[in-house]
This record gives sequence, C-alpha cells and structure tokens, in this order.
Amino acid sequence: MSAKRLRPAAWGVVVLLAVLLPFFFNAYRVGQFTQAAALAIAVLGLNLLVGYSGQISLGHGAFFALGAYASAISITDLGVPYLLTLPIAGAVCALAGFLLGLPALRLRGLYLALVTLGVAIATPQIIKRADGLTGGTQGMSLDKITAPAWSGLADDQWLYFVTLAVAALMFVVAGFLVRGRVGRALVAIRDNEIAARTMGVDLARFKIGVFAVSAMYAGVGGALFTISIGFLAPESFPLALSFAFLAAIVVGGLATIGGALFGALFIEFVPVYAADVDEALAGVIYGGVLILFMYLLPGGVMGLVRRISSTKATPRGTDDAQAGAGHRLGGGAADAGAARERVRAQ
Amino acid sequence: MDRFIQVLVDGWATGSLYGALAVAVVLIYRATGIVNFAQGELAMFSTFIAWGLMQAGLPLGLAVLATLALSFVGGMLIERVIIRPVEGGEVLTLVIVTLGLYILVNSLAGWIWGFGNRAFPSLFGDGSFDVAGAAVPYESIGIVVVLIALVAILFAVFQRTKVGLAMRAVAMNPESSRLHGISVGRTLMIGWGVASLVGALAGVLIAPRLFLDVNFMGAVLIYSFAAATLGGFDSPLGALIGGWIVGIAEGLAGTYVDFIGSDLKILVPLTVILVVLLIRPTGLFGSAEVARA
Repeated sequence: MSAKRLRPAAWGVVVLLAVLLPFFFNAYRVGQFTQAAALAIAVLGLNLLVGYSGQISLGHGAFFALGAYASAISITDLGVPYLLTLPIAGAVCALAGFLLGLPALRLRGLYLALVTLGVAIATPQIIKRADGLTGGTQGMSLDKITAPAWSGLADDQWLYFVTLAVAALMFVVAGFLVRGRVGRALVAIRDNEIAARTMGVDLARFKIGVFAVSAMYAGVGGALFTISIGFLAPESFPLALSFAFLAAIVVGGLATIGGALFGALFIEFVPVYAADVDEALAGVIYGGVLILFMYLLPGGVMGLVRRISSTKATPRGTDDAQAGAGHRLGGGAADAGAARERVRAQ
Repeated sequence: MDRFIQVLVDGWATGSLYGALAVAVVLIYRATGIVNFAQGELAMFSTFIAWGLMQAGLPLGLAVLATLALSFVGGMLIERVIIRPVEGGEVLTLVIVTLGLYILVNSLAGWIWGFGNRAFPSLFGDGSFDVAGAAVPYESIGIVVVLIALVAILFAVFQRTKVGLAMRAVAMNPESSRLHGISVGRTLMIGWGVASLVGALAGVLIAPRLFLDVNFMGAVLIYSFAAATLGGFDSPLGALIGGWIVGIAEGLAGTYVDFIGSDLKILVPLTVILVVLLIRPTGLFGSAEVARA
C-alpha cells in the first residue's frame, strides 16, 4: 500500500476505534477517554503554536483554565446550555490569546517562554483572587450532563461522543489549516523569520493569529475537560498542567496533527498508573521523557510511525510542512531518513 | 514610617535572595546562551541535601559547605551528561530539555523526601536589632553581605583569573577559544558547577524564610528571572541589583497596594519581565545581542 493511501487508512482505523471504544469500557474508563479527547484538543492547539510556528508557550494551562472557567461560569451563573458554552470558552480564549500574542510579537524564543511561564505560575493565584466569579479555593461544581432519550446512550457515552465530535471537527480544521498556505507561512516563520518576511509573509498577522487559534483550542479543550470532570478549582490548573501539555506535544511529535492523540493519551493515563507506584513517578516520567525524546526521538511517536511506514512504502511526496520539524530539533539523532528530509526542508 | 523602613529592609533581603538565584541563571546564560529553567529546582535539591546532612548529624555550617561542594560537582555532571548533547541546538530544544530537568529534579526530590514541608535553620541565627524603630533581623544583613561578597568574588574570578578569562572567551566565541587551546567542554562544565554552587547558596539562604518543600523554589524562580531580566541577562552585578529592585518593589506593592495584597504579589515579577522586555530588552546592565546572519 502506498503511503498516500496509508494515511487515510490509519485515520480510518483511529476513528473506528474511537467510535467503538465506549461500548467496551465501564463508565469510569469512558470518562477518562473523554478527558483524553478534551486534552487532545488543547495539546493540538499548543502544537500549532509551538510545533508549527515555533513560538514557545509554557503557559497553555492558563488558557485551558480560562476556557474551563468561562464555560463553568456561563453554565452556573448565566444558565447557558452546556454545549453552547464551548463557543463562549473558545471566543474568550481566542481574545486572551490575541492579547498575549501582541507582546509575544516582540518576544522571541527564551523570552516568550519566560513570560508564559510567569503566566502559568500566576494562574492559580489569579483564580483564587477572582473568587467572586470563580468561587475561589472552594471551586465550582457542575451537574453531570445527561444524554437525550433518543440517543439510547448512557450519560458518559453521550458526553464521550460529544467530546469526540468536537475534537474530530477541531482536528480536521487544524489539518486543513496546516496543510495550506497558513501552515506553510507558519513553518516559514519558525524556520527563518527574515526569509519568511522576504517571501511576503505578514509576520504580525500570522504570529498573533496562531496565538489566538492556539488559545481557542486550549480553551475549548479546557471547557470540555471540566464538563467531563464536573468540578474545577484553582488547584486543577497548576504549573504542572502546562508542563504536561508540553510533554504531550513532544511525545506525540512536534508539528504533527495526529501526535496530539498520542500525547493526550500519554498525559491522561501515565499519571493514573504512575500514582499507584508513587505520587512523584508521573513527574519523573514526564521529565525523563522530555529529555530522552529530544535526544532519541525528536520527531515523537509520529516521527517514529512515519519512519517505519516510509521504509516499507515508497517515499512520500512533498509534505515539508510536516517533515522537517522534528528533525531540525534533534540534537543527536541523525539517521539517513532525517538527513534526507533535512536537505529537502532547506 | 517604621513600617516603611521594615518593608524596605525585608524587601532588600528578599531581593538579595532573588538576586542570588538570578546570578546563577546569569552565569549559565553568559557561558552557554541557555536560560536554565531548572536552576531553581537544582537549588531546591541542594537545599534538601543540606537538610539531609543535618539530619545525619552534621552541624549547619559544615552541612552547607559540603552541600556547596556537592552542588558544584553535580552541576558539572549535569552539564556533561544532560546538556552537552544539545548544546548549541535550537532554542526550543534547549528550553524543553531544561524544563524536562526541572520536572525531573522536582519529582525526584518529591520521591526521595516526600511532599511535606520542614523548617530549615538560618545561618545567621534568629536575633535582630533596631534601626529607627524597625526590627532588622541579623539574617537580612547577613544575606545582603554574603551576596555582595559573592558578586565581588565572581567579578574577581571573571576579571583576574585564567579560568575566568577562559569562561569569558568561551562565552564569546567557542571555536576561537578552542583554537587557542582552551578546553571548551571543561570550561562549560566549570560554569555549570559554579552556577549550581551559587544556586545552592541561594537555596540554603532562602529556605529559612520560607518552608523547605519540593516546590519552594518555584515562585522564587520567576522572581529571579525578573531580576535577571531587569539587570540584563549577562550581568551578575545587574542580577543582584535587579533582585534588590524586584524584592523591594514586591514588598512595597504587597504592603501598600490593596489590590495586590499578599495573594497577587506574583504579578510583580511578571509585570517587571514584560515591561523590561518590551521597553528595554537588554535590561539595565546588559549588553545588546548582535544578530549575525
């Protein structure tokens, strides 16, 4: 099978598995998969920003929290139906992303990382302080969503499918986005800003734009996550959450779309199982994985999948937007495939 | 008025501590162009080692000295094993690796010592003396003096010794330095060792003022980044003075601005970082970077 047909086939299998999943697991597990799907949206958003456009955000937990609270407050204080809060959360976060994107224009690399890290650290404090809206340290709880009678599904399955549908939509949109003109512009900015500008890429527009879109993804993910959990408090959004998102995009593969799935499953389930051994183990794994992946597998899981499938099938056509990223980041890992793609990316 | 002086003195001492960690950050940035996000956590780990040595029966002073030595060696090892493979790589790679180190060290400490907090004794005792009605702890004076001495020593090392000259040369141009017979790798290892030592010193000085737990350096780190940004990322003296300004600003804002209070103090360093980067990215004492195509 050629690689060109391999990709839709792989996505078909993923979708099929995702649809069948809730019928084979108990409600608790289905809830976890729902949360993983919600996380995947946020992870994808971060990857658009970091992987594709090369702007580093260590503070996406802040947007995730903002989306979660925007949704929860709309539900409890304004009586908005659950699903209608998703566009609200998305819009609020897009605006916040736009605002943070403005100074980000002047801050590159390390400095942007510093500022966003500060935002992530400040997030729980700000939530606590705005206790009139957020309920402060008490947190807020939401009633569980109920499945409509016509669906014939249990509540947890219904929520799972809703989340899955939203996630699928956002994955498709992101896929189209990075494959076209926008994706090429973002990658050009990442690889060489000056050259990109010379080629006529409007730096400000794309950099702010991707910040807003990325924040919107994080916000929608946060809203769905919170609806699934049914409770939120300042401690739900610690610095570690932002780090987990970063670990997720590195594990999945920088500048990939499908990687967000692996990344989200990784950060949803690793802490669950790691906690059985020791409270600190998840962190040890995250930290270790971040370092090891940068050495050994800079393309993440998706890079590995590509490498395997491209040795079996005929080499794929030009897909530079996706190919270069991981390899450019690699410090040590150099193999024939990487070298070949590096040449092409230049 | 008493209160004002009190706030100033406290802010000065706290700022010295931010400055101490900032100096460690600056040392590594100067040498390698890496902002070490793990600096605070390494300092935390060192402080736990000092605590562990005291639990084993060592007196405070000896435990601290041993910790400084261990941290020096540990910093060199980390440079050699974890940082060397990605040195000179993409900014994103470096940020991810040092963040990985951050999470790893933090979690390892949690695994070894647990997540509870403990009291850590001060090197300078608990006494205080009176200045214009404000109680000035000996600790505050001690911290300020130690930090000024530290920066003076670093200055002397950088300007007057062969190792310092080598470190400056490597920071400026590794290739030319290598051609002149400087061992670039060893010099960078020494740079990381010294930075870890300075960080450890910051840790044992900060711990008595907060409680020692695995996350106690998390917030301090962002204050130190603010100090380093304000002072200029490549100036140790700037880092110290930046620390003082941030510390005093934090104290004043926390005491006199109702909106900020004690909850939102974290906004002070964040604002400092943003404003400095947007208005004067080189900070007060830093030198401008020259971009070469």
